[in-house]
Amino acid sequence: MERLKASSLALPLIAFVIVTLLVPIFSLVRLSVYDSTVADALPKTAEALQQWSGTDLPSIAVFETLAEELTTAQQTRELGRIASRVNRILSGSRSTISKTPRRFARSDEPDARAAFIAIDEDWGELDIWHALKQATDTFTSRNFLQAVDFRLMPDGSIARMPETQQVYVTLFIRTLGVSIAVTALCFFIGYPMAYAMAHASPGWARLLLVLVLIPFWTSLLVRTTSWIVILQQQGVLNDILVFIGLVADDNRLTMVHNMTGTLVAMTQVLLPFMILPLYSVMTNIPRDLTKAASSLGANPFQSFTRVYFPNSLPGVAAGGLLVFILSIGYYITPALVGGSKGQLISNLIAYHLQTSLNWGLAAALSVILLVGVMVLYVVYDRFIGIDRMKLG
Amino acid sequence: MNTVFWRSVKGAIGVFTAFGFLFLIGPLFVIVPLSFNAEPYFTFRPEMLMLDPEAFSLRWYENLFNDEEWHRALFNSFFIGICATILATTLGTLAAISLNQSNFPARRTVMALLISPMVTPIVIVGVSVFFFYSQPFIGLAQTYLGIILSHAMLGAPFVVITVTATLAGFNQTLMHAASSLGANAWTRFRRIQLPLISPGVITGGLFAFATSFDEVVVVLFMGGLEQRTLPRQMWSGIREEINPTILAVATLLIIFAVLVLFTVEWLRSRTAKQLQPQ
Repeated sequence: MERLKASSLALPLIAFVIVTLLVPIFSLVRLSVYDSTVADALPKTAEALQQWSGTDLPSIAVFETLAEELTTAQQTRELGRIASRVNRILSGSRSTISKTPRRFARSDEPDARAAFIAIDEDWGELDIWHALKQATDTFTSRNFLQAVDFRLMPDGSIARMPETQQVYVTLFIRTLGVSIAVTALCFFIGYPMAYAMAHASPGWARLLLVLVLIPFWTSLLVRTTSWIVILQQQGVLNDILVFIGLVADDNRLTMVHNMTGTLVAMTQVLLPFMILPLYSVMTNIPRDLTKAASSLGANPFQSFTRVYFPNSLPGVAAGGLLVFILSIGYYITPALVGGSKGQLISNLIAYHLQTSLNWGLAAALSVILLVGVMVLYVVYDRFIGIDRMKLG
Repeated sequence: MNTVFWRSVKGAIGVFTAFGFLFLIGPLFVIVPLSFNAEPYFTFRPEMLMLDPEAFSLRWYENLFNDEEWHRALFNSFFIGICATILATTLGTLAAISLNQSNFPARRTVMALLISPMVTPIVIVGVSVFFFYSQPFIGLAQTYLGIILSHAMLGAPFVVITVTATLAGFNQTLMHAASSLGANAWTRFRRIQLPLISPGVITGGLFAFATSFDEVVVVLFMGGLEQRTLPRQMWSGIREEINPTILAVATLLIIFAVLVLFTVEWLRSRTAKQLQPQ
C-alpha cells in the first residue's frame, strides 16, 4: 500500500505532461490529415458530390444546392475559408468561389447552372468541381504530400510539384546539413575546451567551468543579439577587420542575415551542450591510461587516438546527439540572424502558422520534424540513457 | 627535435582552445560596454575606445526604466516565471521522489515521457499548444494561464533531472530510522527528505524559472499583447527597430544569469558536502 502510494506521486506530473503536451500534439497530428471546414459548411453539396460521376458537369440540382449553401456560408462568414481551402487544391479558384454568392443573388439567368457559368465560366469546367469534391473530404493526404513536394491533383492523382515550388525537401535537407555542420563545429571547438577543463588545475578548472556556464545560463535572445551586434556590416568584427586593413571600408563582409550568421550563432549557443557531457566523461578517464600508453612507447598522437579518445567516446556521443537533436528543431536563432537564406524547417512552420495561415501544412511539416526528433530521442535513450543527462 | 614538435602541436591546440573560450564568452562582453554608448550605434566609436567619459551614458537604461512596455514585460516575465516555477517544481519533485523507488513500474518509459518536453522542438510545442488552446471549448490562447501551463511543462523536466540526481545520493536508511521512531510518511518527507534534497529542488526550480524567463516561442505564438514578456519584447525590438535599449536589457539579463549561476553552484557544493558520508 505504502509502495503504491509512493509511485502514485508521479501521476500528477504524468497527467500534466499528457494534457499540456501529448494531447496538443495529437491534435496537431489530427490537423495535418483532417479538415472539415468545407464538409461542415456545405454538407448537402458534399453529399450530392459523392454521387457525382465526375465525367460531366453536375446536375442543375447540385448547382442549386451549392448556391444555397454558399449564400448561407457568406452570411456566416465561412465563405473566405471555403474559398481558400479550395484554392489550395486548384489555384485561381478563390475568386470564383468568393464572388459567386453575391452575384448569384442578382442573376436573372433561367437556372442555377446557367447563372453560375455566366458569373464565371470556370463553373462550366470539371476542374473546379473535382477540387470542390476533394475539399469536402475530411481526411486528406494533401498536406503530407505537399510537405515532401508532391501535390494531389483535383482529380485525385498525385504529381510532383512544379520545380519552382519544390521547397520543402530542399529545406529538410538544408536543416539536416546545418544540424550536422553545427554538431561537427561544436565537436571540433568543444572537444579541446572540455579537455582543457578536465585536465586543468582545480582553480583553473573552476574558472573555465564558469566561462562555459555563464553563456549556458544567459538568455538565448541576448546571445543572438550579441551576434547581430558583432557580425553586422557596421558591427564590431567588420570594424576590426577594416581597422587592421584586412577588409576595405566599402567592401564590408556580410556575415549576418545569411547562412554564416545561422551557423556561427547556433554553434556558439549550443557549444555548452557539447562541452558539459564531454567534460563529465573526461574527468572520469583515469590519468594512468595515457601514462601507461606512453611508457609502452606510444607517441602523444598514438596515445590520444588509441587510448584517450576511445575512452571519451561516450561523452562525444552524448554531447553530439544532444546538440544534433536541439539544432534540428532550432527556431529563434535562424529567425533572427538567418535572413532568407539561413531559414530552417522550424522557421517555415512558423511562417505557415502566422503568415500564410496554411495550418494543415504547418501541422504536416511539424509531424515530420517531430518523428525525426523522436527517433533520435529513442536512440539517445537506448545508448546514453535519459536519466544520465547532466545539467550544468 | 621530437619533443619540440609535440610541444608546438600542444601549443597550437592550446591557442585554438583559448579561441574557443573567447568565441563562447566574448560576445557577451561585447554587449556590456556597448549598452553604455552615448550614441544610438551598435559599435565602438573611437571616443569610447579612448575612454572619453562623454562617449558613455546611461540613456538606454533611462529609456528602459521609463518605458511602460518594458515595465509590463518585466512584470509579466516574473509573474509567469514564478507561477510556472511553483507548478513545475511541485510536480517535478513529487515525480522524482516517486521515480526513485526501485520498483517503479515502467520507469524508463515514464522518464522518457517526463523529459520529452526538453527535446521536443520548441516550434512544435508552440504550434501544438496554439492550436489546442485556441479551440473554443478550451479558450486558453492569449491568457496567462495558457502560457503558465506551457512554461511549467517545459520546465518540469529540469526539476525531475536535478532532484533525481540529488536523490541518487540520498541515504534511504534515514527514512527507515525515522519510520522506526514512529514518523509517518508526511513527517518523514517534510522533516528528513525535503531538507536534504532541497538544494536539488531549488536548483531544479532555478532551471525551470530560467526556462520560462527565456522562453519566447510559446509567448510569440499563443500570447496576446497583454502577455508580452521580456524575451518577447526583445524579439520585437530585434526584428522591428533595433535600438540600444535592447543592449541595456541584455546587460541586465547577463548580470541576472551570473547571479543564478553562482546560486546554483553554491547549492551544488552544499549538496555535495551534505550528502557526504559522515
